[in-house]
Amino acid sequence: MTTGARLRVDPIACDGRGLCAEILPELISLDDWGFPIIRPGAVPGHLEAETGEAIRVCPKLALRLSRD
Amino acid sequence: MRTPDSVQHHGRPAAMRSADRLPRLLPAGFAAGSVSLAEHLARYGPAPAGGLNGPRRAALTEEVGRSGLTGRGGAGFPTARKLAAVAAGHAPVVVANGTEGEPASAKDKVLLARSPHLVLDGAVLAAGLVGARQAVIVAHPSVREIVDDAALERRRAGLDAVRIRVVTGADRFVAGEASAVVHWIERGVPTPTATPPRLSQRGLGGRPTLVQNVETLAHLALIGRYGASWFRAVGTAAEPGTMLVTILGAVREPCVHEIAIGTPVGEVLGLAGGASAPLQALLIGGYFGRWVDASEAAAAPLSAAGLAPLGAGVGAGLIAALPDDACGLAETARVARYLADESAGQCGPCLFGLDAVAGEFQRLAEGRTSSLAMLNRWLGQVDGRGACSHPDGVVRLISSARTVFAAELEQHAQGWCCGIRKAGLLPVPPRRQP
Repeated sequence: MTTGARLRVDPIACDGRGLCAEILPELISLDDWGFPIIRPGAVPGHLEAETGEAIRVCPKLALRLSRD
Repeated sequence: MRTPDSVQHHGRPAAMRSADRLPRLLPAGFAAGSVSLAEHLARYGPAPAGGLNGPRRAALTEEVGRSGLTGRGGAGFPTARKLAAVAAGHAPVVVANGTEGEPASAKDKVLLARSPHLVLDGAVLAAGLVGARQAVIVAHPSVREIVDDAALERRRAGLDAVRIRVVTGADRFVAGEASAVVHWIERGVPTPTATPPRLSQRGLGGRPTLVQNVETLAHLALIGRYGASWFRAVGTAAEPGTMLVTILGAVREPCVHEIAIGTPVGEVLGLAGGASAPLQALLIGGYFGRWVDASEAAAAPLSAAGLAPLGAGVGAGLIAALPDDACGLAETARVARYLADESAGQCGPCLFGLDAVAGEFQRLAEGRTSSLAMLNRWLGQVDGRGACSHPDGVVRLISSARTVFAAELEQHAQGWCCGIRKAGLLPVPPRRQP
């Protein structure tokens, strides 16, 4: 089961604080400069809560779910 | 049977009667200076935008679709689809993009300098087709005055129903990216903005915005006059029409030329007087393009389909010829450093990643201690990770250099370079003070 939605980062807004990767390591890793690399594909259903949490705690509001 | 096309044919001025006669966009002959409005109208006939009512607008938009015109700024997007997307919105605006921030490319500057009215015709027609009342022309600083004069000439003649505003483009590499152009006009900041929203939905002043390269608009002005069949008379069936190319490097007469799409690359070099030295490689497309082996490329048609087997694309219509005695790695390293410095600095992977990539590639090119594994890792980490495609372009350039100059790479790793000529064939502006 997936949520059908993809997690996206606005690379301009993102400052590389890295909280998202701590909360959601299943979907988010950090590059060598500390910026999030998001695993491609839809967010699996069982990670919905963590995904919501990662979006909420981003101090730059750079994460969002997209359905396109 | 009288088709609409044959009707148009009879109304065509003598200079444009045969559809396969080139150049179409640039004035024929060697007279310097820009073409006046009177000369322009004498050559091409009346501007196509007059009296655009609903049915005429729909028919012309369809004609653009049939022409197969695609964007000439590098991305090659079908113009008719862009027109339709913007026309669907409320109170749109048209932007003619003549920023040409790529330092090696000259075709947009040459077009604006020689045929400014053709671009203005196209901008006004595009405005008519999408229902815009304003067209903003963004001109490279070197041709701003010429475009101003042309716009003034038209205003005095009461030619256009659309308000034309001329703006000087920002002289930076990323400034030509569509969202950066809008950002520049609106706020004086020449950096790309985040997507969504798409410019076709919300661009300049929050309005749906059509951003088209100036050459695309010049073609549009001719399609509006003479129709799709005329436009398709040259080029290939899949990629019809002509395109402007900038030819530089080791050729006898570096120049901008108009070619039928699909002309073999070797013939295109011939238009610049041919190679001035034995060639090893060509950079095709621009600084976001790819290196290809010169002998492999010679017979390839200059078109997306013709270059695809070589892994290259037409990009912004640039061919730079690298002679045998130059070092492709050193040239690439200089351009990569320039492109890294030209990052708008907004996205972390582009700002930090390109700097790392350019540094590592520079060490590689100079035969200093470097790590190919690290370079690969970083290329993978920056690809596709910016708001615009700036990092992707650098990845493309470096990847192709690694393939085409693989033998040299080996030599450089052992500390020697076969290049005799000092790097500096590809033009790169002096480094900015940070």
